[in-house]
Amino acid sequence: MPKIPGLLKGLGVTLNTLKRTALDGANTVQYPHEKEAPPLRARGVIALHEDNCTSCMLCVRSCPDWCIYIEGHKELAPPRRAGGKPRQVNKLDRFDIDYALCMYCGICVEVCPFDALFWSPEYEYSEPNLADLLHDKVKLGEWMATVPEAPAYEVGAEKKGKK
Amino acid sequence: MSALLAADLPYWVQSLLRVLGGVVAVLLPAGAIVYLFLFKMMSFMQSRLGPMEAGPYGSMQLFAEVGKWLQKEDITPERADRVIFKIAPLVVLASTFLLVAVVPFGPDAWFTNFEAGVFYMLAVSSVSVLGILIAGWSSANKYSLLGGLRAAGQLIAYELPMVLAVIGVIIQAGTMNLQGIVLAQNTGEIFGWNGLGNPYILTQFTGFIIFMIAVQAELTQTPFDMPIAESELVSGYMTEYSGFRFLTFFIAEFATAGVFSFIASVLFLGGWGVPFAWFGWTDIDSVDNWMNVVGPLIMFGKMMLLSFVIMWVRFSYPRFREDQLQRFAWKVLVPISLVNIMVTAILKVAL
Repeated sequence: MPKIPGLLKGLGVTLNTLKRTALDGANTVQYPHEKEAPPLRARGVIALHEDNCTSCMLCVRSCPDWCIYIEGHKELAPPRRAGGKPRQVNKLDRFDIDYALCMYCGICVEVCPFDALFWSPEYEYSEPNLADLLHDKVKLGEWMATVPEAPAYEVGAEKKGKK
Repeated sequence: MSALLAADLPYWVQSLLRVLGGVVAVLLPAGAIVYLFLFKMMSFMQSRLGPMEAGPYGSMQLFAEVGKWLQKEDITPERADRVIFKIAPLVVLASTFLLVAVVPFGPDAWFTNFEAGVFYMLAVSSVSVLGILIAGWSSANKYSLLGGLRAAGQLIAYELPMVLAVIGVIIQAGTMNLQGIVLAQNTGEIFGWNGLGNPYILTQFTGFIIFMIAVQAELTQTPFDMPIAESELVSGYMTEYSGFRFLTFFIAEFATAGVFSFIASVLFLGGWGVPFAWFGWTDIDSVDNWMNVVGPLIMFGKMMLLSFVIMWVRFSYPRFREDQLQRFAWKVLVPISLVNIMVTAILKVAL
């Protein structure tokens, strides 16, 4: 069979794509009408589980963009056992993440020792006003409802981590 | 059209009708090409749907785009040559309107039945070069100037193969009147068989290919879009234009694509006619009057077919380098078209 010239082949490629799009539909998604499911572990927005936070400031210091602001104070909580000493706990006054600065590196989520920060796949929180991208602890807490269950470990992964 | 109306309508009504007809003949193909090919076909060839929001399947997108452009500020650069800068897009658009004036759409549906129609058409099509050149010069912008220079070099280079390709058709038809060329094709016969007429795409296939390549270059569509070359020259000679003036350039580009497709279908595909043998017509006077309605539709169909090919090539091929582009015109197209003319002339005399 004689070789088909590349010029004709090129025309064939575009024509085949045209035919495929007309018959089977496009590869794109018509966004506001239909939504693509974000992939596993998608980095949409960071959610805060406030009860776990001890305001240890590790996330603030590790943030490359300095976009996390924490203020807290110490409080005395009732003892766990009767007759014990009152416990000292850290209370959050302020936990803000400025998504106008955030670069979604996820270091804060990785570094948190108390499992207070999580990735949520939600991504539709753009604002007409730049200042509204500063999410306070109430709003960050609301994102917790959208955090998916952690995916199951791969076979053998748990053992390997424990040594 | 005008020949039918000449008897009973005053001159100004005729002129008005011709202007209206001309506007329709320029804007309708431009709109159809932009929506069907530029918006939809290109999107489909890239596996996406294109505009979908304005109207059903985005069919009102054109009006949205025009409205957007009309709202934009009309910016003239401070150092620009103001008068020339503002005239340039109109010169380009005017050449499109002048081109459509000689295209016949039916036995009586023509704007002017010009004896030297082909000559006029080739002369007027180069007026757009002037517009592009002064647009590039008057913008006071390096990109515009380079784009204008490239455009001038390219359009002049490809003007020549275009002229030479058409000469083959003229020799074969024996007339420069576009109406005469349509007649010659539809009354012609292939070795005594007249069921198909004799569309010159069969005998002048080389000429047709050269003509279409030259048209592609004249329109600065993609394999030949060195003057626009948005990755290196921003937008070439159109860089400094905004709003309505850019819209004028844009309309002129696609309207010219439509008009050149009209002309190519007249020269090579039999124009508005059907083979006259089908209905027993012998010459132009015996053609039935309904051809004045069907003829424009046939022309429109052929125009869409040829524009489809132009756009298809545009969306498929990468850009020529400047030297490749010039070499292709002078070393390939011109010699082939010269040989084509010689062979046609010899066969014309010999047969």
